[in-house]
Amino acid sequence: MMGPGTTWYIAVAAVLFGIGTTGVILRRSPLIVLLSLEIMLNASNLALVGFSRQFASVDGQIFAICVMAVAAAEVVVGLGLIVAFTRRKMPLDVDTLTELRG
Amino acid sequence: MGNVLVWVIWVAAALSCIGSGIAVISFTNPFYSALALIGNLASLAVLFLLASAEFVAAAQILVYAGAVMVMFLFVIAYLGGRADAPWAGGPRWLQIGAFVVGAAIMIEVIVALATKAGGGLSNGTEITRSFGSPAEIGRLFLTDHLLAFEITSIVLLIAAVGGVVLGMKTQAEGEAS
Repeated sequence: MMGPGTTWYIAVAAVLFGIGTTGVILRRSPLIVLLSLEIMLNASNLALVGFSRQFASVDGQIFAICVMAVAAAEVVVGLGLIVAFTRRKMPLDVDTLTELRG
Repeated sequence: MGNVLVWVIWVAAALSCIGSGIAVISFTNPFYSALALIGNLASLAVLFLLASAEFVAAAQILVYAGAVMVMFLFVIAYLGGRADAPWAGGPRWLQIGAFVVGAAIMIEVIVALATKAGGGLSNGTEITRSFGSPAEIGRLFLTDHLLAFEITSIVLLIAAVGGVVLGMKTQAEGEAS
């Protein structure tokens, strides 16, 4: 069973990473920024899995699973922050949240 | 014949992956964005399966499309799903810059692929049947990658504690309400 080569996997990963970057910079709602971050993490996972297939080594897949766990941790903290913002009646807009600005 | 079928499924999954990715960043309602991300994760799982990463594909569906996205949808429902247009707020140069940066990263990787990799990247390497199976991954996690496994468990524990701390009612908030 010969599917598309690693080049195609990396190309799709690059396109997804570009979409995620655009979303992080473009959108103002922290929820969508988190969703775009997930797209970027998944693009890196796709590249890891593609290379793992190329070199016939499972290490890349192990790394992809670790990335998944870290992404889950990031979502927990990010959503916790967003809920905390809402409870303090702060606006959900990354441009107006400037209290920590130096 | 088998090759053609693999290519057809792969291209369909890749297109749906990119399409739902664009949908995530262009919907105004965050609820629809989260639903589009579920489609994105599911089609990524198909791509993982075609790269013989069975366990990663299963974990993707269970952990991401299942657990993480349900949490996202709960929070969005709790917040009331406020609409936020993709073009709302932010200076004009930032909106153009977002596309320039996204396109630059994409083109950079693709040019590097086209010029350097050439035909060097192929998945022609022979693999055994157990490649990417849960048994193989579990064995590696408990032998070669034990440290990474343990560190991941601590990261998850810290995130769980952090989530609880962020969710607690603070003193100032208690007085205000």
